[in-house]
Amino acid sequence: MKYSFLSAVAGVAVAAGLGATAASAATLDDVKAKGFVQCGVSTGLAGFSAPDDAGDWKGIDVDLCRGVAAAIFDDASAVKYSPLSAKERFTALQSGEIDILSRNTTWTMSRDTELGLNFAGVNYYDGQGFMVRKSLGVNSALQLSGASVCVQTGTTTELNLTDYFKANNMTYNPVVFEKLEEVNAAYDSNRCDVYTTDQSGLYAIRLGLSAPDDHVVLPEVISKEPLGPVVRQGDDQWFSIVKWVHFAMINAEELGVTSENVDEMMDSENPNIMRLLGKEGTFGEAVGLENDWAYQVIKNVGNYGEVFEANVGESTPLGIARGLNALWTNGGLQYAPPVR
Amino acid sequence: MAHTDGVADGTEDSGRASLIYDPKVRGVFFQAILIIVVAYLVYSGISNAAGNLARAGIASGFDFFGERAGFEIGQTLVHYTNDSTYFRAFLVGLLNTLMVSALGILFATIIGFIVGLARLSRNYLIRKLATVYVETLRNIPLLLQLLFWYKAVLAVLPNPRETGLEQGTTVLWTLNNRGLYIPRLIPEAGASAILVAAIIAIALWVVIGMWAGKRQMRTGQQFPTFLTGLAILVGLPLLTFFLTGMPFDVEFSALQGFNMSGGTVIRPEFIALLLGLSLYTASFIAEIVRAGILAVAKGQTEAAYALGLSPNHTSRLVIIPQAMRVIIPPLTSQYLNLTKNSSLAVAIGYPDLVAVFGGTVLNQTGQAVEVITITMLVYLTISLLTSAFMNWFNSRVALVER
Ligand SMILES: N[C@@H](CCC(=O)N[C@@H](CS)C(=O)NCC(=O)O)C(=O)O
Repeated sequence: MKYSFLSAVAGVAVAAGLGATAASAATLDDVKAKGFVQCGVSTGLAGFSAPDDAGDWKGIDVDLCRGVAAAIFDDASAVKYSPLSAKERFTALQSGEIDILSRNTTWTMSRDTELGLNFAGVNYYDGQGFMVRKSLGVNSALQLSGASVCVQTGTTTELNLTDYFKANNMTYNPVVFEKLEEVNAAYDSNRCDVYTTDQSGLYAIRLGLSAPDDHVVLPEVISKEPLGPVVRQGDDQWFSIVKWVHFAMINAEELGVTSENVDEMMDSENPNIMRLLGKEGTFGEAVGLENDWAYQVIKNVGNYGEVFEANVGESTPLGIARGLNALWTNGGLQYAPPVR
Repeated sequence: MAHTDGVADGTEDSGRASLIYDPKVRGVFFQAILIIVVAYLVYSGISNAAGNLARAGIASGFDFFGERAGFEIGQTLVHYTNDSTYFRAFLVGLLNTLMVSALGILFATIIGFIVGLARLSRNYLIRKLATVYVETLRNIPLLLQLLFWYKAVLAVLPNPRETGLEQGTTVLWTLNNRGLYIPRLIPEAGASAILVAAIIAIALWVVIGMWAGKRQMRTGQQFPTFLTGLAILVGLPLLTFFLTGMPFDVEFSALQGFNMSGGTVIRPEFIALLLGLSLYTASFIAEIVRAGILAVAKGQTEAAYALGLSPNHTSRLVIIPQAMRVIIPPLTSQYLNLTKNSSLAVAIGYPDLVAVFGGTVLNQTGQAVEVITITMLVYLTISLLTSAFMNWFNSRVALVER
């Protein structure tokens, strides 16, 4: 009795101690040593991060991790994935279990300042929406008073929902689950009238319902959900790498560099392209990478526009328009600082 | 503790040595060292964790308890809105856990005793059915059973709009996949008198029981304590109810838009969880009951019959009291299991402590270490209290030698 208690205490102390070493090491060195990037993704949200029929992870969030792997190893497949629920994701990153969290995660002030984390950019501008059965005959979220609402725990969704209903003097009954598939199943079996989450998520989830065409996503967007990759605080080099891989993909689109033409672009005289592709300057070395880091990202993964089109764009089942995620030059919000 | 006989008469110069070899002194010494080591480990564990959190830039502390929660909860036993504090949310989760555990324990015990007795029945069919029940339920993981019941409950129940109810017309009760709706009693002035009446009735029952026991010892005459007690318990509050002029307002539910509104609602998540926990734990309790009864020597029954006791009296006065001694200790651990298993609620969306506090609150505040520590302490406390109560109960039924 005494001894088991003692060893339990010792266990807690050791665990508390281990957390420290994992969190403070230089992530790039760790990643190089183990030979792959450990990437935290969702448990399966089509277009963002979901395994395909062959079991390979696909999606724009996945491609960000693949981009980081390409920049480090010249090999986009040097990634291992940890599927995480909304609730698990931050702990997994804090504890050092994953190197990057790239899992439709909303950048909020408290997450950025209180969790010991840093957001490295926005790879998808989203907003929260509602999905209902067409048979309800509802065409505006303002008609939803009294509804049962299915929602996933550990999301910004839970709070926005309350704010919205409160602001509009409406009531609702929440049905809260931890796992995505549980929320989906509950909504599908008609336990709830409404499903709410990021609009992109709603489109993805609708595809997995038993009769996708019976459901409609309502027009209202009730919040700002800038989704982006997250890293631990205290490792500026790693933070820069993730940030600049994302920027490189946007800059590449802006400069017209694609995975197809990147080899020809190596001969380009455009100084912006020369700097991006490492023909001029030593930008890669400054963050501990090779100078052709961005070339590798574009060659192996593609530019932002290519990634968007391949995973969530008009040609995919999700069929999402660029909208806010168009380049700033096309009236959207995607804008990257220059490589210089 | 061993006694130290030789030490008292030791001589002066052997005093030092005898102190070291004094088992009592050594005992105290090592206990003290142990406490110091444990205290140090706890202290360094806590300060290490706090230091690590600070270094990683993670906010910590317990201030969040007073902040506004800002989220809704699907089932609340105390008043709660999104403007309530995190502490209130914690309370809501805790009460939901306690409610499902308490009711689960009640139902599991009832079903368990019935099935346990059925396994000993002389009727072949009853015996086999009980065996099938026990072997099926205790061999399938509880999580699967919960998911099954939840799916089953949701699959069977219709949507509120498909139950043929008219919009706005109130109903006495209705069952749909949003829950079981029953009228809600809203207490008015004077309602608390009924509660007082119920408490008085219980006290009366106890007094009558004691009096009847004494009288039976003295005269051998029996008194129908149970029936009298029950009559008082029902009658007295009922009388007060009418005397105070029925101080309740009744609210019925009605279909309003998509959903029922008004009334009291028992959610499908709660029904599924209660069903799953009760049926699963009952299968273990059945075995405990069967073992307890079989543990009573056959000679006891024969002796009771020889004394002319009826079979009914034999089991009530001879078999069951003895079986209880064997039953209660393992029964206690089943109660503890049930309480802890109720945390599987999170899988079927029942807002228990783990779902509300260890889920939503943890995520909104980001204070994982604090929240998980408190959650663990709460379960520990519930378990220790349950054990303490059952130990007290056990000592009451334990063999008292005269
Ligand atoms: N962007 C929101 C919500 C993100 C979120 O978790 N969405 C859900 C529903 S779309 C999801 O992706 N779940 C996937 C999973 O749990 O694997 C946040 O960061 O809190």
